[in-house]
Amino acid sequence: MKHKHTISVLLQNKPGVLSRVTGLFSGRGFNIESLSVSPTLQEKDVSCLTLVTSGEDAIIEQITKQLHKLIDVIKVTDISEKEYVEREMALVRVKAEPSTRAEILRIVDIFRGRVVDVSPKSFAVEVTGTGDKVKAMIDLLRPVGIQEIIRTGTIAMTRASKKY
Amino acid sequence: MKMRATEAFLKCLEEQNVDTIFGFPGGAVIDLYDDLYDSKTIKHILVRHEQAAVHAADAFARVRGEVGVALVTSGPGATNTVTGIASAYCDSIPIVVFCGQVPTGLIGNDAFQEVDIVGITRPCTKHNYLVKDPKELVATIREAFHIARTGRPGPVLVDLPKDVMAAKVDFTEPKPVNMRTYKPTYEPHPGQVEKACKTIVKAKKPVLYVGGGVIAANAWDELTELARSLDIPVTMTLMGLGGFPGTDSLSMGMLGMHGTYYSNMAVANCDVLIAVGARFDDRVTGKISAFAPHAKIIHIDIDPTSISKNVKVDIPIVADCKHALAAMNDYIKRNDSFDTAAEKEKHVPWLEQIKVWKNEHPLGYVEETDVIKPQFVVQKLHELTGGDAIITTEVGQNQMWAAQFYHFNHPRHFMTSGGLGVMGYGFPAAIGAQLAAPDKVVIDIAGDGSIQMNIQELATARHNKLPVKIAILNNSFLGMVRQWQELFYDKKYSSTPLETAPDFVLLAEAYGAVGLRATKPSEVEPVIKEALATDNTVIMDFVISREEGVYPMVPAGKATTEMLLV
Repeated sequence: MKHKHTISVLLQNKPGVLSRVTGLFSGRGFNIESLSVSPTLQEKDVSCLTLVTSGEDAIIEQITKQLHKLIDVIKVTDISEKEYVEREMALVRVKAEPSTRAEILRIVDIFRGRVVDVSPKSFAVEVTGTGDKVKAMIDLLRPVGIQEIIRTGTIAMTRASKKY
Repeated sequence: MKMRATEAFLKCLEEQNVDTIFGFPGGAVIDLYDDLYDSKTIKHILVRHEQAAVHAADAFARVRGEVGVALVTSGPGATNTVTGIASAYCDSIPIVVFCGQVPTGLIGNDAFQEVDIVGITRPCTKHNYLVKDPKELVATIREAFHIARTGRPGPVLVDLPKDVMAAKVDFTEPKPVNMRTYKPTYEPHPGQVEKACKTIVKAKKPVLYVGGGVIAANAWDELTELARSLDIPVTMTLMGLGGFPGTDSLSMGMLGMHGTYYSNMAVANCDVLIAVGARFDDRVTGKISAFAPHAKIIHIDIDPTSISKNVKVDIPIVADCKHALAAMNDYIKRNDSFDTAAEKEKHVPWLEQIKVWKNEHPLGYVEETDVIKPQFVVQKLHELTGGDAIITTEVGQNQMWAAQFYHFNHPRHFMTSGGLGVMGYGFPAAIGAQLAAPDKVVIDIAGDGSIQMNIQELATARHNKLPVKIAILNNSFLGMVRQWQELFYDKKYSSTPLETAPDFVLLAEAYGAVGLRATKPSEVEPVIKEALATDNTVIMDFVISREEGVYPMVPAGKATTEMLLV
């Protein structure tokens, strides 16, 4: 069965390390649905890369093993095997006529988004949440007139133990 | 201690016990060559093409069991190494390739002889480096050797910009390399060893399937002990040949596409398959669903990605083959439930069955009196060298006949480009092997097509007075492709006839080597004897039957039991 997996990769921040990861995926025919990478700031010269991929269990097993085999990779976690929270963010520029402004603000409010830029003819709106939530807001804004959409990849974190 | 980077470079090589390197100079490495000229400890072998430098370093590494080294210049020097690097990567051979690079200030400017070799070789090296800061040079070289030789061995490339090599660096005393992100697993999990042994003891029809990992891990003694203590028949991959004595009664020779009938039948019918340092390559498995369909599969490999990649494994053991086999032998000895005599007794019917298969379809060929058969040449080479020569091969029919008929009894005596299948590997490899083992007889079993891919190395062999022997099995065809065209493309011999070829005898003489030719079976033995008695590079041109095929053969994608036989 094909499943979506969110994999978190801790890696050493060396030149070319990202192309080692993406080259591995393209060279072996694995699929990347989204990818997000940034220094963690928790430790010097260490970055965290979150990628979403899908595949049968055997493929996912190969992906995690192959990632781990890269010399610059510190740790690989298949986050979706655990309880986790995931977020992505989108910036959406929508056409804002006097007649539609109130409607836009209502929709943004429902999704707990924020208006981050205003011009006489448009709003830029920020929303964060799971991929589904971000998509739902975009779908609702679409009839109003979307001019531009920028989405990040997913980032994810395992939930802490609930035990005291 | 402050010193020139080039001096530190050579000191680093000495520290790794490197005494021979293969290379070709150029503008970006001219500083290094300036120091190399004065080195008393490191011998530089000047090849005539950079690809040959890498193949020679590869074979040198295989013979010695150490890391092989190549040194080339930037741009085309670097790109010419790619085939050699990719071959070493497929075959897990420890080499370090040093490339010159344009000065750091010019990188990215499309400078003369600039190429992003780190980018190009990323997918075919175990790891690679661009040294941008002279302060990193010494540590990087040490890491490169460490990565190449440990875990699953492989090629590492280090790119050295010209200005970095012209700088002064601080040479620090070596200490053990400790990398946070790279710690291969050598010791097997005791629970998995126990599970594997308990599975083996239940087996009535076990088979050991042995790959190049046994040779890389120097694990042949442990393997032989396991096989002989329980009478388990052994089959080997191309890379595993020599890992178990080929003339031992438990040896079934090679398996897979051109494996023996009995190896493939044994694997198809076994109840426990013990894979040791092998990777279930498509040339071995044929149709995956029909590969060892009734067997519980135990797989020992140091590389976790090899396990369950192609074939689902029941009992994985991630470990160095030597450690894992030793642990299994130890478990079997210590554990009272293992009655080795009873185990041997239990395997008698299985060994009998294999003998029946062997008698039904032994390895063989149709003998002829007036035309030389290639298999006969390989048999004669075995006979006249006592089976003790180091054999290298090119790729194609010559490679398969060598694998089938030389019956390797010793590890580190067979060098072939197994995974990548590089035509042109064998001759430079023979040069590397001869330098690694000056007292051994080294023979490149070649075809008339593939020998021409690195024929220029005759100059290297001659210059270094290497008594390498080349046995060309000359059928004036690109024989393996011709065989496929014969079988699957209605004998449409598209671009496979090689009617225009050099006169190999004259060619040898042009280089100051010796050329010999045999056109009749009766001439084979005298030619080989004369070649072996000659202290010079020799080409033996054996004019063989033109349309001889390699059999058995499993057509690509078919089950390994669906063999075409002689």
